[in-house]
Amino acid sequence: MSSTDQIQDRLSQEYDAGFVTDIEQDFAPPGLSEDIIRFISAKKKEPEWLLEYRLKAYRLWTEMTEPVWPKLKIAPVDYQGISYYAAPKEGPKSLDEVDPEILETFEKLGIPLHERAALAGVAVDAVFDSVSVATTFKGKLAEMGVIFCSFSEAVENHPDLIKKYLGSVVPSTDNFYAALNAAVFTDGSFVYIPKGVRCPMELSTYFRINAANTGQFERTLIIADEGSHVSYLEGCTAPMRDENQLHAAVVELVAHKDAEIKYSTVQNWYPGNKDGVGGIYNFVTKRGICEGANSKISWTQVETGSSITWKYPSCILKGDGSVGEFFSVAISNNYQQADTGTKMIHLGCNTKSTIVSKGITAGHGQQTYRGSVRIGKNAENARNYTQCDSLLLGDTCGAHTIPYVEVKNKSSTLEHEATTSKIGDDQLFYCRQRGLSEEDAVNLIVNGFCKEVLKELPMEFAVEAQKLLEVSLEGAVG
Amino acid sequence: MLSIRNLHATADGKSILKGINLEVPAGEVHAIMGPNGSGKSTLSHVLAGRDGYEITEGKVTFDGESLLEKKPEDRARAGVFLAFQYPVELPGVSNVYFLKAALNAVRKARGEDPLDAMDFMKLAREKAKLVELDDGLVKRAVNAGFSGGEKKRNEIFQMAMLEPKLAILDETDSGLDIDALATVSKGVNALRDKARSMLIITHYQRLLDYIVPDVVHVLVNGQIARTGDKELAKELEAKGYAEFTGRAVS
Repeated sequence: MSSTDQIQDRLSQEYDAGFVTDIEQDFAPPGLSEDIIRFISAKKKEPEWLLEYRLKAYRLWTEMTEPVWPKLKIAPVDYQGISYYAAPKEGPKSLDEVDPEILETFEKLGIPLHERAALAGVAVDAVFDSVSVATTFKGKLAEMGVIFCSFSEAVENHPDLIKKYLGSVVPSTDNFYAALNAAVFTDGSFVYIPKGVRCPMELSTYFRINAANTGQFERTLIIADEGSHVSYLEGCTAPMRDENQLHAAVVELVAHKDAEIKYSTVQNWYPGNKDGVGGIYNFVTKRGICEGANSKISWTQVETGSSITWKYPSCILKGDGSVGEFFSVAISNNYQQADTGTKMIHLGCNTKSTIVSKGITAGHGQQTYRGSVRIGKNAENARNYTQCDSLLLGDTCGAHTIPYVEVKNKSSTLEHEATTSKIGDDQLFYCRQRGLSEEDAVNLIVNGFCKEVLKELPMEFAVEAQKLLEVSLEGAVG
Repeated sequence: MLSIRNLHATADGKSILKGINLEVPAGEVHAIMGPNGSGKSTLSHVLAGRDGYEITEGKVTFDGESLLEKKPEDRARAGVFLAFQYPVELPGVSNVYFLKAALNAVRKARGEDPLDAMDFMKLAREKAKLVELDDGLVKRAVNAGFSGGEKKRNEIFQMAMLEPKLAILDETDSGLDIDALATVSKGVNALRDKARSMLIITHYQRLLDYIVPDVVHVLVNGQIARTGDKELAKELEAKGYAEFTGRAVS
């Protein structure tokens, strides 16, 4: 049997976050209308201005259509069939009051929420379906002036910051899914790092979709004030269900002068079964603005889950000398599809961006790198380096690279490198001839391929991500 | 050490090996020469366990054990090493990391403890000198961007690290200039040992000036047509394979 056959043979991968938690939940009736939006807003006891913001976005959304340009085959989403709000019935007041079932859920996922058991040096905000259920180390962070809380709490306690920044990077008009999110977002995380503060621990949000027939629409907003520094990580999982579930999030980052935001994602949404049934539609808009001079935003993503991924974490490099980075590893196995990449928009002088994208496809996976580099007319001496590499396992998958470049300044420098390679029978045989098992050989080759990106992850999560890659490709070769 | 009895193999339904008999005792170096398409590379691939061949008849024993049922990695762990004609590139996988994983897999099979990073590097530096492979290449990704000569030296370096019982050198001389040939041969000669057998597959007698074989076999049309000593190689160089191909191909 050739290893191509073996690849087909062992395409059964295990998804170990696929369990369901049985708790009582509050639901909004399925469907989307102004009434539903009023219902969500009332549930969350929101101020009038936020309800208006939502309604305005909703009215925009009704005029918009889904983007058709991605290289994705998407079964039609019934937006009226989804429940836009699902929350555990018992609203917790503090960590001690969180439903034990939920605590257990997060524990099973390796995210203990009791501070005494929590990962040292990592503060976690746990979002369960539509609401944040717990945030750890809040007190300790507050001592340094760092605000890390659920989005809902931020609306209540820091309305000025929310008013100022909400939609400032990703306006509701941006795209179909961003407008939908602005209309119905339920929770998410809010981070504010004050001037000159280096956040003493990793901040992390863990997103869990639990309920059936719901979507998750969270909103994350991170603001790094002048000279501050923060490293933030998000992780996500969902139960195995036969229907597709929609996850349409918006993430906005704002880095002021000399500030740095490092945003890492380990995305492990349920990818659907080996025949492509079920799985999460991960349609996400993530964008950061380097507002001030010499600021820096760095996106690192390890995308192993979701049945369909549509996301382009981007940087607007407005401040002179600001830096944008995008490091990505994406895996599409079985029938997973991904259309992912980044946009680097150079507006200021001496701005610099780096893009390193590593795509791995196996089974019947389809993946597209879509990247856009735009150099504005005032962006003197802007520089971009793009590298996108695709690795194919077997011969039934596909990888595509679509770079867009727009340069309006002659002093800028752009480099683009792209490679496509296959884990060939030759490579596997070579490794095995030296004594390595076939599985070790695949892991060795994949890890070698992803090394440049994995080394960008915070230490605590690099090992995790490496393991996830192995699980995601388990059975890709046999 | 290695015993091949009446080995028949086909690829894509085409018969390539047609009854090979070969005995390579421990410590001996045997050369296999033959024209293009005679089955030389197929023999090396079949011995190492590469996919794509069907064994239709015959038996191969190595160290008293039947070899053909074993997976490629198990053959490697048992001490079979193939120096590839076209060494494969593994982008991003450092030579050092690759070899450490390989060596420790082989050591495990031998019942030895894994080497730690320090001991491994010490050993690697020592062995790299054998084929004049500099530190830079040792640390680079496996064969990625290596010149033809560097790739072949890297193969012999790996062989030195893994210390196999049977080394099969598949056209190790192809693509080498005369200086590289001398370096590679010097490395191979340094690894000659009374406990180690070698099977050297080549088109040309040139390599055998540097690595002097104990026995020379002529492989033609999937069979060993003649066996002799090193003088046979010289004779072939002078007369070519016409005598054999004329007789063997009907």
